[in-house]
Amino acid sequence: MAPPESSSPLPRTWRKPPFIANPLVRYGLLALLVVYLVWAFGTLPFNWQRIAEGLPRAASIFGGGFPPSFQRMELMLTGFKESFQIAILATLLGVLLSIPFAVMAARNIAPLPVYLFGRAVIIVSRSFHPVIVAILFVAAVGFGPLAGILTLTLYSIGFVGKLLAEEIEEIDWGQVEAMRAAGAGFLATLFYAVFPQILPRQVGLSMYQLDSNLRASAVVGIVGAGGIGGTLMNAFGRYDYDFAFAILLVIIAVILLSEGFSGWVRKKIW
Amino acid sequence: MVDHAQHLADRVWQRYDRKERLVRYALLLITVMLVVWAVRDIDIFWPWVWDAPNQISNLGGRMWPPDPSRLGEIVSALIETVHIATLATMLTIFIALPVSYIAAQNTTPNRACLWLGRFILVASRSVNTIIWALLFVAIFGPGVLAGILAIMCRSVGFIGKLMGEAIEEIDKRPVEAMQATGAGKAKVIAYAIVPQVMPAFFAIVILRWDINIRESTVLGLVGAGGIGVILQGAIDTFAWPTVATILIAIVILVLIGEALTSLLRRRVL
Repeated sequence: MAPPESSSPLPRTWRKPPFIANPLVRYGLLALLVVYLVWAFGTLPFNWQRIAEGLPRAASIFGGGFPPSFQRMELMLTGFKESFQIAILATLLGVLLSIPFAVMAARNIAPLPVYLFGRAVIIVSRSFHPVIVAILFVAAVGFGPLAGILTLTLYSIGFVGKLLAEEIEEIDWGQVEAMRAAGAGFLATLFYAVFPQILPRQVGLSMYQLDSNLRASAVVGIVGAGGIGGTLMNAFGRYDYDFAFAILLVIIAVILLSEGFSGWVRKKIW
Repeated sequence: MVDHAQHLADRVWQRYDRKERLVRYALLLITVMLVVWAVRDIDIFWPWVWDAPNQISNLGGRMWPPDPSRLGEIVSALIETVHIATLATMLTIFIALPVSYIAAQNTTPNRACLWLGRFILVASRSVNTIIWALLFVAIFGPGVLAGILAIMCRSVGFIGKLMGEAIEEIDKRPVEAMQATGAGKAKVIAYAIVPQVMPAFFAIVILRWDINIRESTVLGLVGAGGIGVILQGAIDTFAWPTVATILIAIVILVLIGEALTSLLRRRVL
């Protein structure tokens, strides 16, 4: 018996199945994208004349920036030293303060009102970019490294607190139950059943945060909160592009070094 | 024999051996010394430190209650902020994808390209968005273009690095199968690589968009457009109730962005 004839022959060429199967959704999304682009480009105020002047200006800036000048080494060293100090102190304060907030924001050990308060603190301190916080602290306590330390402390509480709270929520509950069965109070349970489980993670996070604070301390200086950022901003403001580029190069080098170092330490711990 | 048993019973359990303890104490000592050095050497006027809580609560008092009179202006600046973040993220994709392609071990054409790709990624990630913005404001003048370029320059490193890692982790058998049938390079990319990295791509771009919304709120502080311009203006004129409104608006925007990204991520992955 002959094989049954297929009524419609298979197509000769293969086509890739589209990413979104429904053509209505597919073209709808595309149309939405186009409408968005037109709207966004239409509303954004571009100053075309100023932009057109940009290329020669870029040439003059980069021309002024090369070769980078390392002549005012002392000024640069002072700035970096201050950035380091800000980063160290803010990391220490932030990591210490993050522990109570993390305990408050862990659903498994905190009662609901305390939990909500802890979460709110963490969410608010994470919503603001450190530069905005730095401006507020500069307005409150004046120019200088103090504003930078306060800013980065808050920033560290938000980040370390969030991750630490998640870590506490995932601990092995058996040890807590054992402590409670033995009649231990809340603090004893915290110290002997919870903290030993999160300590390695906390040390790793602290190293990460130190690295991250060092990066951030370079930018909070731009709004006057101390450190190398202020030196950089001044160099830009005075059209000292060769000095500014030298600072940028050293910032990149320092960040790569600190990233390598904190990565190495974390690998040793974890 | 009894002696030996007694000796064993007298031993005290210790978590770390002698060398480990020495290393731990040494690290602690170094940390303490660093902190002491930082506290003593830093250029802080200490009376200000004790006064800081007063000053901060004073500032908080001046901000309360928030003044909603410029809400319309604030909302349109927020929309501009979102536009900057979205356009910059979209434009970044076109640069980040080729860079990630040459920066991935298994797809790079040659070693020179590999190192060029890695250099671009490292340089982009080491310079903060604000510093990029400073540079572009100096070149193109204040405005949204400087902001978009600044966010692009920073995002290329982020998206490129993560995409490069995603490409390095693909299953290479589909690639080999395609090559065995005699497919050209473009077809191998389109049919063997792209489908494998597609989910990672959407996850990475959505994550970066979320980060970029936060970053674009501060671009205005150096003159690169968005809500930061109004914020800076309000701070310069000591309009603290307006500052409070802007800060609340930023928190709401960031929370909306976070909700939207978690929704998108669930739909895509």
